[in-house]
Amino acid sequence: MYRYIIKRVLLVIPTLIGAAALVFVLMRLIPGDVCVVRLGSSGGTFDPKAIALCHAELGMDRPLVVQFIDFVWGIMRFDFGTSMWSGNPVTTEIWARLPISLEIAILATVIAIAIAIPLGAVSAVKQNTWIDLVVRLFAVGGTATPSFWLGLVSLLIVLNVTSAVFGTPWMPPIEYVPIWQDPIHNLSMALLPAVTVGYRYAAVSMRMTRSAMLEVMQEDYIRTARAKGLINKLIINRHALKNALLPVVTLIGIEFAFLIGGLVVTEQVFNLNGVGRLFVQAVQNQDYTLTQALVMLTVIIFVISNLLVDLLYAWLDPRIRYA
Amino acid sequence: MAHNRDGRCLSLGLMLMLGAVLMFGANAALAGAPKRGGILTYMIPADGGPSLDGHRETTFAVLHATAPFYSVLIRVNPDNPSSTTDFQCDLCTEMPQPTDNGLTYRFKIRKGVKFHDGSPLTAQDVAASWNKIVHPQPGVASARESNFVMVDSITAPDDETVVFKLKFATLTFVPALADPCAYIYSKKKLDQDMHWYEKNIMGSGPFKLTEYQVGQSIKGERNPDYYHPGQPYLDGFVAIFAPKQSVRTDAIRADRAALEFRSLPPSARDQLVRELHDKITVQESDWNCGNVVTPNHQKKPFDDVRVRQALFLAIDQWKGAQALSKIAIIKTVGGIVFPGSPLAATKEELQKLIGYGPDIEAARAEARRLLREAGQEHLEFELLNRNVDQPYKIVGTWLVDEWSKVGLKVSQKVVPTGPWLDAMRSGDFTVALEANCQNVVNPIADVGRWLPHDVQRENYGFFSDPEMVEIHDRMLRETDVDKARILMRKFETRINQQAHQLMVTYWYRIVPMRSYVKGWKISPSHYLNQDLANIWLDK
Repeated sequence: MYRYIIKRVLLVIPTLIGAAALVFVLMRLIPGDVCVVRLGSSGGTFDPKAIALCHAELGMDRPLVVQFIDFVWGIMRFDFGTSMWSGNPVTTEIWARLPISLEIAILATVIAIAIAIPLGAVSAVKQNTWIDLVVRLFAVGGTATPSFWLGLVSLLIVLNVTSAVFGTPWMPPIEYVPIWQDPIHNLSMALLPAVTVGYRYAAVSMRMTRSAMLEVMQEDYIRTARAKGLINKLIINRHALKNALLPVVTLIGIEFAFLIGGLVVTEQVFNLNGVGRLFVQAVQNQDYTLTQALVMLTVIIFVISNLLVDLLYAWLDPRIRYA
Repeated sequence: MAHNRDGRCLSLGLMLMLGAVLMFGANAALAGAPKRGGILTYMIPADGGPSLDGHRETTFAVLHATAPFYSVLIRVNPDNPSSTTDFQCDLCTEMPQPTDNGLTYRFKIRKGVKFHDGSPLTAQDVAASWNKIVHPQPGVASARESNFVMVDSITAPDDETVVFKLKFATLTFVPALADPCAYIYSKKKLDQDMHWYEKNIMGSGPFKLTEYQVGQSIKGERNPDYYHPGQPYLDGFVAIFAPKQSVRTDAIRADRAALEFRSLPPSARDQLVRELHDKITVQESDWNCGNVVTPNHQKKPFDDVRVRQALFLAIDQWKGAQALSKIAIIKTVGGIVFPGSPLAATKEELQKLIGYGPDIEAARAEARRLLREAGQEHLEFELLNRNVDQPYKIVGTWLVDEWSKVGLKVSQKVVPTGPWLDAMRSGDFTVALEANCQNVVNPIADVGRWLPHDVQRENYGFFSDPEMVEIHDRMLRETDVDKARILMRKFETRINQQAHQLMVTYWYRIVPMRSYVKGWKISPSHYLNQDLANIWLDK
């Protein structure tokens, strides 16, 4: 088991270097650079000398090979450099955004699990009944509705309903405050985006739970359990659901990792200063160092998430062993 | 039919309501003495600026976040910011009369001004800050250095006097000096580290920094030692970065924030007015920004003046501006000088220029003739545009349609800011829609962006025109406004006759704000009047 974990962790290194090389090359293929965007995007006149100075300051006047070696050497020392846009260390930029993204991802995952697993199981057990139909409709709605659209609409609904009921429109706060400073402020900001993201997440997981449950319910050991006279509740909870959760756990792991950096539009819609929004800014500003660091972060999150999922497999299914 | 009538009634109702709100706002602003207290929450429509150094950066995002913390030497009159010629002292005691045939300006600096760390602000700090802007040390970036080619030296002979010596007398000096980004920094800090202000804030302005959360918000509290008596009125402010327009509109609606100072489009204004009635006030102004059509003179057939002229003749600016103002932040037709300035062309003067004629049918017939003569009646080309809705994509789409009316087949290539700038700088385009956005209205300096590429490297028309350079040079050294105006007409006519570039419709600032926000007045630039000292809340 430990060997397996060490092997998986070590595998992260070539994955990171490969991703680093890829993003390094791709970013430099985009026309323009951070200095031009920084000085020219406001539409005013600027001194061309400032561009040359900016290039020198950021080390962009050095050969690409030197820049790449410098970048990889930095990664090896866990030094991701400073943002070319703000001049702040990239770790500062990311740490400032990570809490809100993490909070939304956790809340959305909790919402998704709380909805998806029971409803998916019920839907499978009550296959082809009206309950199944309603649950499937709910799931199809979730997968077909883009989160950003749902976010915009839910905001409008909240604004209009509060305006009609209380006479004053209300919307979630647009400034993030950590949960330990002001839990009410924090949750009133995070809940609506978490619900809109969680709905799609729940819908996808629900469909997976349902299909996995249907498959498991046809297995011989379920028939055996029934033949033994076990009660239905016990069969479903102990034998069927636990085995059906394997693909669901995989899906939840992938989705969770995606949510950390992938809530680009939702974060814009709710003005959340998260990692997804930072990603867009970094690419728009052609901030190479920050984009590279964010890609690294995403890779690490995916690798860790996959590792945790693999470890969960062993707990869920005793047949799986990492010898 | 009934639907149309209803639509007209609705529009009329909305306009009347808007008018009432505008009038209400104007009256309310005039009435009542300022009240002390309260926290103003406003939004900055951006993702946060690069560094915190106003001398170095060009984006308004830095200015909207940092201007309340700093003083400047002189500024546009905050009580009359729509004027293009009304400048007044901030740190100086009175606007000096130039001596030495207009070559020397001697400013007396207020006594008793303190930086937020308690240290005294003297003329030495003012001179050090201005030297950083005008004569930056090697390795120090100054975005507006080229605006001060006329400045020879800046010295502080004593703690209360700053002397600017010029190489030549010019009308551009005083407006350039009123640059809102020309913050006065502490000489002590600059001496220790010229880059200190890129990461830190410490000024002598109306507010002191309390908190800065990267990419999220910036907060300030009242500076009790501020030197303008009674100001600031607010106890503090919170500025939240909010790049998405729908968030900003919703936030004003739900009173999560009182306003944003840049601009919202007409649709957002109408929505807020419709929903908030007298709880919203709208201030509007022509904007010292506009879009420019730039043909690349190095690309055939745009090396042919007839083709370029045809391009401009096909555009009906007068009708276009009127129609587009309903959906976009544009309104006024103007030449190369901001329409509110004494050096701007009058409507009659403008109508004599190519692309501004009152008879569009005649102009388009002439465009067709010129294209035929140049053998380009079936010309197809690509318009390079920026991936920004307001107003770039709207203006770009309109231009494509206008050009189709003389038989031109134009496609629009919309790209993000980086590749858009890169394509223009490298000359990899045929025709581009670019922006011209200035802060203080300083016509002679502002039109420097139209100078040929061999003089102004950031002119992407890639043309050469020694006559333009010669006229501009004379204009730069002219100190008589009337004579400068004559030269400006010559300069504008030269650009226009050669069809080097065309200004299309000035932008229009629309700032809807919660009616309890008082004291602030709109200006022709979102860079001006942003220190918040004169704002108060009537709650």
